[in-house]
Amino acid sequence: MTAPTLESLVARAETLFRDLDLAAVRRWKDAAPGRKAIGHMPIYVPRELVHAAGMLPVGLMGGGDQIEIIRGDAYFQSYICQIPRSTIEMGLAGRLDALDGMLFPAICDVIRNLSGMWRMLFPDRLALYVDLPQAGCPELAVDFYERELLRLAGELSSLSGVPVTDEALAASIALYDANAAAVRDLDLFRAATPWKSPIHETYLVLRAANLMEVGEHTRFVRDYLAAAAASDRPELDQSRVVVTGAFCEQPPLELLRTLERAGCYIVADDFVLGPRFIRGPVATGDPPFRALARAYVERGVSTASRYEPSRKKGDWLVETVRERAAEGVVFCAASFCDPALLEQPMLVAALERAGIPHTAFKYSENLGQFQVIREQAGTFSDSIRLWGAELPPQEAVP
Amino acid sequence: MTQPSPQDRSAVKDESMLRQKQMLASHFSRLAAAPESGDKVVYTFVPGNLTELLLSFGVVPNLPEINALQSGMRKLSGDFIAAAEREGHSEDVCTYVKCDVGMLRQGNVGPTGALLPPPGLLLLSYTGCFTFMKWFELLQQEYSCPVAMLHVPYQPEGVITPEMREYVVRQLKEVVIPALERLTGRAYDEDALCQRLALSAAAEDDLVAVLGSARHRPSPIDAYFGGVYYLGPIFSAFRGTDEGLAYYRCLREEVEARAARGEGPVTPEGTMGEERYRLVVEGPPNWTHFREFWKMFHDEGAVVVASTYSKVGGLYDTGFRHDPSRPLESLADYCLGCYTNLGLPSRVALIERYLRDFSADGFLINSVKSCNSFSAGQLLMLRELERRTGLAGGFIESDLVDPRYFSAANIKNRLESYFQMLDQKRRHARPAALEACA
Ligand code: SF4
Ligand code: SF4
Repeated sequence: MTAPTLESLVARAETLFRDLDLAAVRRWKDAAPGRKAIGHMPIYVPRELVHAAGMLPVGLMGGGDQIEIIRGDAYFQSYICQIPRSTIEMGLAGRLDALDGMLFPAICDVIRNLSGMWRMLFPDRLALYVDLPQAGCPELAVDFYERELLRLAGELSSLSGVPVTDEALAASIALYDANAAAVRDLDLFRAATPWKSPIHETYLVLRAANLMEVGEHTRFVRDYLAAAAASDRPELDQSRVVVTGAFCEQPPLELLRTLERAGCYIVADDFVLGPRFIRGPVATGDPPFRALARAYVERGVSTASRYEPSRKKGDWLVETVRERAAEGVVFCAASFCDPALLEQPMLVAALERAGIPHTAFKYSENLGQFQVIREQAGTFSDSIRLWGAELPPQEAVP
Repeated sequence: MTQPSPQDRSAVKDESMLRQKQMLASHFSRLAAAPESGDKVVYTFVPGNLTELLLSFGVVPNLPEINALQSGMRKLSGDFIAAAEREGHSEDVCTYVKCDVGMLRQGNVGPTGALLPPPGLLLLSYTGCFTFMKWFELLQQEYSCPVAMLHVPYQPEGVITPEMREYVVRQLKEVVIPALERLTGRAYDEDALCQRLALSAAAEDDLVAVLGSARHRPSPIDAYFGGVYYLGPIFSAFRGTDEGLAYYRCLREEVEARAARGEGPVTPEGTMGEERYRLVVEGPPNWTHFREFWKMFHDEGAVVVASTYSKVGGLYDTGFRHDPSRPLESLADYCLGCYTNLGLPSRVALIERYLRDFSADGFLINSVKSCNSFSAGQLLMLRELERRTGLAGGFIESDLVDPRYFSAANIKNRLESYFQMLDQKRRHARPAALEACA
């Protein structure tokens, strides 16, 4: 069998990206009787559990710039971010009917309250709140989350009729670990050779995880990596930046292209963070529920919605800049996103202590004008190349 | 949530008001004197506050939300918020946080004009609001002191499971109490805690009687504007104290006497005249124009007979009491049960119950820009409550302490239209669904 071409892979990913009616999910369900699918909101849910219960986890990331909000605005005040209104819009329009249930992770008060709204609007469908631990003591957090996982497993099993046994969960964890390894390779590949893998492509390949079965997505990422590595795209003289703050409501695809066209190679980011949430494999020898709980608590990535008692705020960002040989940071947060925007001053302080340049802007998923951002990013990109030369040696990127 | 010391000339102050004023003044004096007296200071939040536990260790609580709302009432918050925004804090986020950060930048002078001492511990009671976590992370950058995180699980289905309770109790035992022991050098004294919990429970009985008095016609209290005064002591540093108990006993007696005389609530404009509308209100008040806001209701003869804001620091009228026979478990239940820690369906059910129990004519939502914890979902709550009860719902928007978001003319217009709608509805019979359940 010939390897798929880069163009065909990207085209497939883009088709999935535009599939707001979840046609791919319907096809998956139609392929065998009794199949069920569970939607979930960003940033992270334990997809392994859904999989072990015999169902397809489906990542939802809002309507982007592809839908017109007709009903959703009647449910949210103007000062609330965009993603809940486009999610409600899709739900009310029947576009999410392929889903048999929904998971709402504890990442902010908007998603939290959306879980209750969902219960009221769609009372005949399963809607589960996933309470992620925020404890000051890791062992307590692991204990709590393990119980929460057991509770969720019970609820999911009742819906699917498939019990989540230790064996089934261990098998699912192995599949997701393999996927995380492929996604990690994609991240590293992009950081090393960003010209071979334009950001909108990497992004689409990652986003495909939302609608594909996990094993299929792992193969898809591997195919893309092989095709992109073989490409002869030229390296451009661009700056290297880390983008942070876009972990939930997603920036429009055009915004990503704009950043790259403005001269920024994005060498680390937090878009579509779910598949990249756990650092390293989940399976460590602990019983599977325990392993999943421990992986989240001990090896979850640093992000604004998590409480991390043992880490100094922003250290992870400074480390990321250094590991990825980046020259600056772009804060790119959704308007009205409490976690990202409350976190930002602390991250800025950490960058300033480390002498790392930064710039910031806000977006909404349905933003249509990019000129201002293009100019801002272009100026930033130009300036950090000058800045980098002026940094004292200990502050220079390694 | 606490005594704003309105400079009103028209209102006669009840004894309870004078008492509360003295209590708060002495509390802030004690806080200001802490660096000299050696008292240990713990910053914590109103929802899920562990006042009895803190007092059993002899520490003095300081509640940044209360300082922020006081700054709002004293018209200082606008400058504080501007200072924080100049420093890079987003215009989109909770103004309590920015008000606090701005106050710190401008010298950390508290509501009584005295300096607020730095914390020895940040007790992060993470109950019902995501922003709390970020707020204390921000303060941790400012003060070199430890943080004790108390993660309180959310109640999506309005049920406290044994697992949730046990998780909170374990955190109390393994995180919070050891942090207080380290701070004070004292050992945990469960007897001292239990004595305070008994005082709390007695005061809570009186508070519930006060809140329940609004069932009378006319209501002798206003459970929203007046409610924030009534709740000041129990939401802040006085739960589990003799002064707190005496305050609620005194308040209860005053309110029962007013009810017996058939009088309405005491307001800054004097005793309320004819009670024309009985309302339930959802959402926090605006603090920067608190008196002006209240007057809009007063002028129309609108009395708030129940409010959800008065439940953010604890939901006592559904039966919860602090309980010395199960001290840490009851503290856990208290934290779990605060209003904004309840799922939206439970919040709707509670308001529906208030509408029935208090024979309300309608309900009003004050949606504040700052607070996603309260506000996200309120438009659906409005529809759902109208659908279930047939009563008219009103929706107004403002902010807690950002004066830029209080448009008096706009709010007054909306309120007037709302009261007209109530008048129209009144011409029809009270909805049968409510009569059946009343
Ligand atoms: S964009 Fe931010 S505030 Fe909005 S739902 Fe996502 S995390 Fe919450
Ligand atoms: S978001 Fe709401 S509950 Fe949280 S600190 Fe601000 S006002 Fe209080």
